[in-house]
Amino acid sequence: MKVRAQIGMVLNLDKCIGCHTCSITCKNVWTSREGVEYAWFNNVETKPGVGFPKEWENQEKWNGGWERTKKGKLRLKMGGKLRILANIFANPDLPQIDDYYEPFDFDYQHLHTAGDKKHQPVARPRSLISGQRMEKIEWGPNWEEILGTEFEKRKKDVNFNEVVQKDIYGQFEKTFMMYLPRLCEHCLNPACVAACPSGAIYKREEDGIVLIDQDKCRGWRMCVSGCPYKKIYYNWKTGKSEKCTFCYPRIEAGMPTVCSETCVGRIRYLGVLLYDADKIEAAANTPNEKDLYQAQLDIFLDPFDPKVIEAAKKEGIADNWLKAAQRSPVYMMAMDWKVALPLHPEYRTLPMVWYVPPLSPIQSAAEAGHVGMNGEIPDLKSLRIPMRYLANLLTAGDEAPVERALERMIAMRAYKRAQQVDGVEDFEVLKQVGLTPNQVEEMYRYMALADFEDRFVIPTSARAYAENAYGLKGECGFSFGNGCGGGDSDLNLFGGDKKGVRKVIPVVMKD
Amino acid sequence: MNLDLLMFGIYPYIASVVFFFGSALRYDREQFTWKAQSSQMLSTRNFRIASVLFHVGIIMIFAGHFAGLVIPYEVWNLLGITLAQKQMIAMGVGGFFGALCFIGLTMLVWRRLFNPRVRASSSVMDTLILLLIYWQLILGIITIFVSTGHMDGHVMKDLMSWSRYLLTFRPGEAVEFISEVHWIYKAHVFWGVTLFVLFPFSRLVHIWSVPVKYVGRKHQIVRRRFPNA
Repeated sequence: MKVRAQIGMVLNLDKCIGCHTCSITCKNVWTSREGVEYAWFNNVETKPGVGFPKEWENQEKWNGGWERTKKGKLRLKMGGKLRILANIFANPDLPQIDDYYEPFDFDYQHLHTAGDKKHQPVARPRSLISGQRMEKIEWGPNWEEILGTEFEKRKKDVNFNEVVQKDIYGQFEKTFMMYLPRLCEHCLNPACVAACPSGAIYKREEDGIVLIDQDKCRGWRMCVSGCPYKKIYYNWKTGKSEKCTFCYPRIEAGMPTVCSETCVGRIRYLGVLLYDADKIEAAANTPNEKDLYQAQLDIFLDPFDPKVIEAAKKEGIADNWLKAAQRSPVYMMAMDWKVALPLHPEYRTLPMVWYVPPLSPIQSAAEAGHVGMNGEIPDLKSLRIPMRYLANLLTAGDEAPVERALERMIAMRAYKRAQQVDGVEDFEVLKQVGLTPNQVEEMYRYMALADFEDRFVIPTSARAYAENAYGLKGECGFSFGNGCGGGDSDLNLFGGDKKGVRKVIPVVMKD
Repeated sequence: MNLDLLMFGIYPYIASVVFFFGSALRYDREQFTWKAQSSQMLSTRNFRIASVLFHVGIIMIFAGHFAGLVIPYEVWNLLGITLAQKQMIAMGVGGFFGALCFIGLTMLVWRRLFNPRVRASSSVMDTLILLLIYWQLILGIITIFVSTGHMDGHVMKDLMSWSRYLLTFRPGEAVEFISEVHWIYKAHVFWGVTLFVLFPFSRLVHIWSVPVKYVGRKHQIVRRRFPNA
């Protein structure tokens, strides 16, 4: 057993209101620079839809993630190492920027400078890459917002696979939607790391955060294809790839990521998970895709188990990390209550950002007295979002875990409602879903009340003790490029023009 | 001073110093700028065929020049290949890969100059180095036609001797071998040497970073945030 710790995340989709605050705050902090205007380390998609970039989930098209070969070996879906190197001159699986969207801004200055005219002046869009006028914006970062675009296009969503009669969900009365906020999954078996020819991407041992070493990256852009979630973005200006950093400077200081802290729906949770690093490869190579979810659960270690604690201490995991692991909301939701599920486990990357599936309204037909009841819980088949759709999204098509999660959430509501409105303890409903009253009270505390201190249990990395401060003497803090040099000095023999700096046209104020 | 001595006796040494020292300096000081600077994602149209043709062509041409100029002719003799035969091989192989490279490079030059996205994101050096390689490739292809005028291989032997004497630090004698050849060869050599001068300041540095280590590497990489702890 080799114990490692990771900060994991859970997103409670049942409470996501799709406000995009996470995306905007993330963008303001991390990607408001030239070269990554199109990149959203965090974005919120409306499902069903093809998503961002287009059809990112369709691995027949993009060849992201891992596959199990016929001989039972785990291999990148892009191919073996030699095939990756053979494609280094031109990556056949690389999305074009139009698959994301061509970034644009509006000609606001024109509003100031336009002369006296019969018609009101208009700020027209301009490409942020070529600077040319864009006649028509045909795709954007959130084009499918709240079921925008016609169903004919949205139904390419691969989560519809094996959903019976998917075409009926194009009808107005039958339509359904949910929000899916997405960020880097900080996987246990990251495909981007494995695909990087330069070895620039790595997983941090202390907290599991996956990062790109900007100095080592040579821009071979294989990681972009390797990542099945398409959460690595090639910065066309600096020629290096960039990705979600899990706001590691904040995590190290014990603070939640920007997206988590600013989430107005309070849907995000951050906490420590202990896992057995020796089991990663075997778990990722589980023969049956539907067993991958369970295989990943089996990697996680019980933070109360004395043997685990002993082994963790031997690996040098600090006490405050073990304590945090015992209070981890992520562990509770994924392991104790099993309401959180991984996103697309079939990619075999063992993702570490998990999702609580959303409940949805009971369909109108069922509402008129025809709701099938399963004991005290309404039949989940009458939920508006097809079970199969959620299962394709979260459990490689296995509906049982999704049903369990949703039933437990409904049971929690029923139990609390009985308790608070009718003044009765309805133990029957808990028994039906296999929860104890203690557990359901905890669930209520974490999922319904969701206090800041309960949502974010992040131990600090104790830098003062862990780091050799002498070596850092005179260094620069966070910067783009070459330490203090930054690669953005005015005169640079090697660099060309300034890198990683947002070009802002200064506003000239006139009276 | 004799112009030939300056161009073919002294300039190559200056170029080598700039090439090696400049590369080392950039590698040490400016890792962040060390990259291939691919523009594939801005425009994938016809990119794959263009880039593959160009790269395969130029790598083989580079290998050919290495075999022709650096491997001593005694080795070729030992293999039983006469000078005339060697010239035939050079013209044939060089011509073939030169043609592949030419097709690919023409497409890439077109793309860099006339694709609005690629053009807007190119630095002066990006365009300059591409045009220089293009120019150099065209000069190289012309030498093939000039070579048909003397199929006995003596010009090739002169050029081989030039590089041999240069590599063994005898520039004075080296220059004597090259001063009599057709000007087209001289131009090709001059611009070839110039490429080495510009190399460390351009995106060409990515050639140093051919990721051969990837083949033997483990898939996953784990690094410690605090290596001292």
